[in-house]
Amino acid sequence: MNSSTPAISIDGVVKKFGDVTAVDRLSLDIQQGEVVAFLGPNGAGKTTTVDMILGLSNPTSGTVKVFGGDPRHAIALGRVAAVMQTGGLLKDFTVRETVELTGSLFRPSRPVDEVLDRAGILDIGDRLVGKASGGQQQRLRFALALLSDPDLLILDEPTTGMDVQGRRDFWDAIRSDAERGRTTVFATHYLEEADAYADRIVLVRRGKIVADGTAAEIKAMSAGRTVRATLEAVDTAALAKVDGVDSVDVRGDSVLIHGSDSDAIARYLLNHTGARDLEITSRNLEEAFVALTADDAKSPEGALA
Amino acid sequence: MSIATEARRIPPLGGFSPRFYVLELRRMLRNKRSMIFTLVMPSAFFLLFGGDASYRTDRSGHGNVTAYIMVSMAVYGAMIATTAGGAMVANERALGWSRQLRLTPLKPVAYVAIKVLVAMTMGAVAIVAVFVVGNLRGADLPFGRLLACGLIGWGCTLVFAAFGLFMGYLLPSENVMQLLGPSLAILALAGGLFTPLDNFSHGFQEFAKFTPAYGVGILSRSPFGSDGNVGLAAVNIAVWTAIFVGGAAWRMSKDTQRV
Repeated sequence: MNSSTPAISIDGVVKKFGDVTAVDRLSLDIQQGEVVAFLGPNGAGKTTTVDMILGLSNPTSGTVKVFGGDPRHAIALGRVAAVMQTGGLLKDFTVRETVELTGSLFRPSRPVDEVLDRAGILDIGDRLVGKASGGQQQRLRFALALLSDPDLLILDEPTTGMDVQGRRDFWDAIRSDAERGRTTVFATHYLEEADAYADRIVLVRRGKIVADGTAAEIKAMSAGRTVRATLEAVDTAALAKVDGVDSVDVRGDSVLIHGSDSDAIARYLLNHTGARDLEITSRNLEEAFVALTADDAKSPEGALA
Repeated sequence: MSIATEARRIPPLGGFSPRFYVLELRRMLRNKRSMIFTLVMPSAFFLLFGGDASYRTDRSGHGNVTAYIMVSMAVYGAMIATTAGGAMVANERALGWSRQLRLTPLKPVAYVAIKVLVAMTMGAVAIVAVFVVGNLRGADLPFGRLLACGLIGWGCTLVFAAFGLFMGYLLPSENVMQLLGPSLAILALAGGLFTPLDNFSHGFQEFAKFTPAYGVGILSRSPFGSDGNVGLAAVNIAVWTAIFVGGAAWRMSKDTQRV
């Protein structure tokens, strides 16, 4: 198996629950070493897709491959690990016992103290899980996922319940492993986390991919950018003809031009008008997310990739 | 990453290991509730039903009545312990632990094997506890026969480990034993563990022969001498074991199916 085999390869996957289509002809390749954020509103099919990647459920049609093979085989070898929201813990084990027990299942397995330390819970190893806080339990799930030193790590809302410091430590650990080559896929509703930590963002709505690109690309494609300039005697008709412009708004001495190609707008303003003090702004990721995943959003024809 | 793909292995025996068993057993022994049901309650029942001084002089086959009641109560204790052990799967499913384990190489069969082993260990603990109390209270039975009673009773309660598993997979509840506890008491009564079935109507006696604790009671007391139909008891146990193991396997395959 070489590094050109995709870590995850999803091809034309459909998943139906009775009459409900949770995942609708979804295709997606994630290369080894990528850090990908999986974003979408509730019910978009994120968790259903993650379940199929982990081999917890089978697609109705289509194929899911992990490192070129069966997802369950990748789990059995410890190549894939996951921190799931739904994965429960037993309250009457201690934190250390939970790690020991899970570690006994992997060949090979990292030392118990090492993963406790990396998850930041070495000091509470002897505490009963039932007495640990929500954030500590989440760190324990993370520790369990580190045991097999996985090549692919899947995280479903990983920082739920963690405080700010915990969240920062967690992402530092994820980032440093990603730099060593670990493929990481995470679903999150903290959009700033996706923006800050993912190389690539995949937006899902109603079981389909509506956008796939870097954070900057997604912000741009959902919204385009707004170019603001100081300009007297605006020829709004001429501005509206510039490539990709969808609105021109005059406010006193200022003009706000919104469009998909901010470079063309700026070039036009500078070359053909007396515009000055140009400012180019894009929507933030949150606005892009809302725009792309809203029920009345345009069909995903314009999606990247 | 630091682990080469070629170095990765699937664990032997589907993930079954002594370490796993020891961790699970330790967790069980820490549970106050299960320790009360395993260690304290059967002995208390023995003192309640078998504490009468006259039982020490009344004979029952090769032993005295105190020993006879002691064996019955030990079997009842083992029934509770093994059922509770098997029913742990209900709790673990309700908490989502089973789902967490599905992110590991652990095979469902290995998981069930560990649950059954832990349940059977607790069953042995329950039997030994009642035997110790019984001997302090004057139970009299030759040691070889006592040992036979204990071993047969222990082996037979495997049927209740399977019962617990079946119910554990059937009832998705954290407190499945609240339902199973009273059911076991009724089964023990019908199985003649609390009081000889002669005390009941003929109709009830005939019905009782088909209930799952009946065979276990007859077989485990067989070292006392003739006390019911041993062949019928063996058939009873075989049939109920088949039903519970089959049911547990059926529910388990449903549970772990990739849908």
